[in-house]
Amino acid sequence: MTTLKNSKGFWLSIVLALIFFGIMQYTISNGILNPFYINTLMFIGINIMLATSLHLIIGITGQFSIGHAGFLAVGAYASAVMTMKLELPFIIAVLTGGVIAAVAGMVIGIPSLRLKGDYLAIATLGFGEIVRIVLLNIEYVGGASGMQVSHLTTWPWVFACVMITVLVIRNFTNSTHGRACISVREDETAADAMGINTTYYKVAAFVIGAFFAGIAGSLYAHNFYIIQPSNFGFLKSFDILIFVVLGGLGSLSGSVLAAILLTIVTTFLQDYPETRMIIYSLVLILMMIFRPQGLMGTKEITSLFTHKKTKGGPKDGSHNTVA
Amino acid sequence: MEATIPLLKVDSVGIRFGGLKAVSDVNVELFPGELVGLIGPNGAGKTTFFNLLTGVYVPTEGTIALNGENLNKQQPYKITRKGISRTFQNIRLFSELSVIDNVKVAYHSLAKHGIPSSIFRLPGHFSGEKEMDGKALEFLRIFNLDHFKDEKAKNLPYGQQRRLEIARALAANPKLLLLDEPAAGMNPHETKELMNLIAFIRKEFNLTVLLIEHDMSLVMGVCERIYVLDHGQLIAHGKPDEIRNDPKVIEAYLGEEVS
Repeated sequence: MTTLKNSKGFWLSIVLALIFFGIMQYTISNGILNPFYINTLMFIGINIMLATSLHLIIGITGQFSIGHAGFLAVGAYASAVMTMKLELPFIIAVLTGGVIAAVAGMVIGIPSLRLKGDYLAIATLGFGEIVRIVLLNIEYVGGASGMQVSHLTTWPWVFACVMITVLVIRNFTNSTHGRACISVREDETAADAMGINTTYYKVAAFVIGAFFAGIAGSLYAHNFYIIQPSNFGFLKSFDILIFVVLGGLGSLSGSVLAAILLTIVTTFLQDYPETRMIIYSLVLILMMIFRPQGLMGTKEITSLFTHKKTKGGPKDGSHNTVA
Repeated sequence: MEATIPLLKVDSVGIRFGGLKAVSDVNVELFPGELVGLIGPNGAGKTTFFNLLTGVYVPTEGTIALNGENLNKQQPYKITRKGISRTFQNIRLFSELSVIDNVKVAYHSLAKHGIPSSIFRLPGHFSGEKEMDGKALEFLRIFNLDHFKDEKAKNLPYGQQRRLEIARALAANPKLLLLDEPAAGMNPHETKELMNLIAFIRKEFNLTVLLIEHDMSLVMGVCERIYVLDHGQLIAHGKPDEIRNDPKVIEAYLGEEVS
């Protein structure tokens, strides 16, 4: 019954997305939209992928990771090597970017997931920095001066990848595996006591999250003409983290929404880099004061299409538990 | 009873945290179908003993065996899958998940559909999830929680949360159910209801139950055998009547008589 209601909102979202794709495709191919807006559109797409992939790790599985730009960098460089050095087709480059980032996710995931909370955050931060510094010192990929990449990322590519990312993460979350991840977030001891292999699900979340960050990296590299290690520093990881926190930890549509809003804000503030960081910080501080649960809380946008009916049960928050 | 093989055999188990011996030299045998109580004053090591049984702590001495299989150094989730499931003294529900999802999490280890099946929404996903839905609802009905199934676990009243925790433990398909003060904070009426429920599920699911409880009268009423723990050591063990009159137990509970 609930699945039927949810699927109504789901199909409506799909149709709306496709209509949006059609309109954009039409305006781009007819030259109505100028390159600046097209570029913004691409960035929004890439940021949605980054936000939702980190949402899976932090919002769903509760693993506080602040090295997401590391996976983005791995994907970007791996795919750039594929197209520029090995001259392979773009699709292979995109997939390789994802797969290599996923492998990186697994490699750092297995040892560091023994860590919890603050310690995990520091370890993932370290991972992001290591990736950046390693890339900085590899001459094959251009070192500090970076690597020239041809422009292959197009709007249909971005749209398709965003749709796949969001769908996969949604499908994963709304399944027994997603519930297993949420149980790890809610109470790891209890999850363990209920027969959930917590390490497996933490690594799985890292691998899937890293895979899509890698795909995003591939699109990012081929949209930008040049990639440099400095594009993937700590601040980039932080930007992605902000999407997830601002959107509401645990809400997929919240991450998407925050990625869209903040990308638009940053794009229009690009000419004033100093004010940008101030406004950014202000937004965060105000958010934490007035809406600490994020834009969407833990709710999903699809639930707005369906009004919830509870029979007999207590309404949200109206019942205070004893003790 | 002596003829049957014990379901759980705990052989001189102990654990020390640094210099502190929290539990030492505990021997417990549970036979299939029994309802056994574990009592003792505060800080006696009852919950520590549960944590040893479920793999949260690794015993520093002795062995724990379920159906003859050694459980030492097994990870908690593996022990649960082998058939020991528990509730917690201070309720540990997945508070942001709905009531039915809490139960479904426990049923997860029995699910047959893998991650790819769910990601690509293959037929296995739908049949698997449907089966889980059905099973979880069955458990909720037994505990009279099915009206609340879509409510977040944290919004349930306290007594219902306790029941949900038992329902969740039961969904993990245990042979041995460990209940850590299931009646804590309940009024006498709720407690009586709960005890009837425990008796019912024990028969229905063919369970062995080990129960930690503070309320002596309650334990005396329902348990067939009782173990008494004090300062990390077993000080008595036997039928309720024997325990009631055991001078050591009286001493542990009421303090030493001033002479």
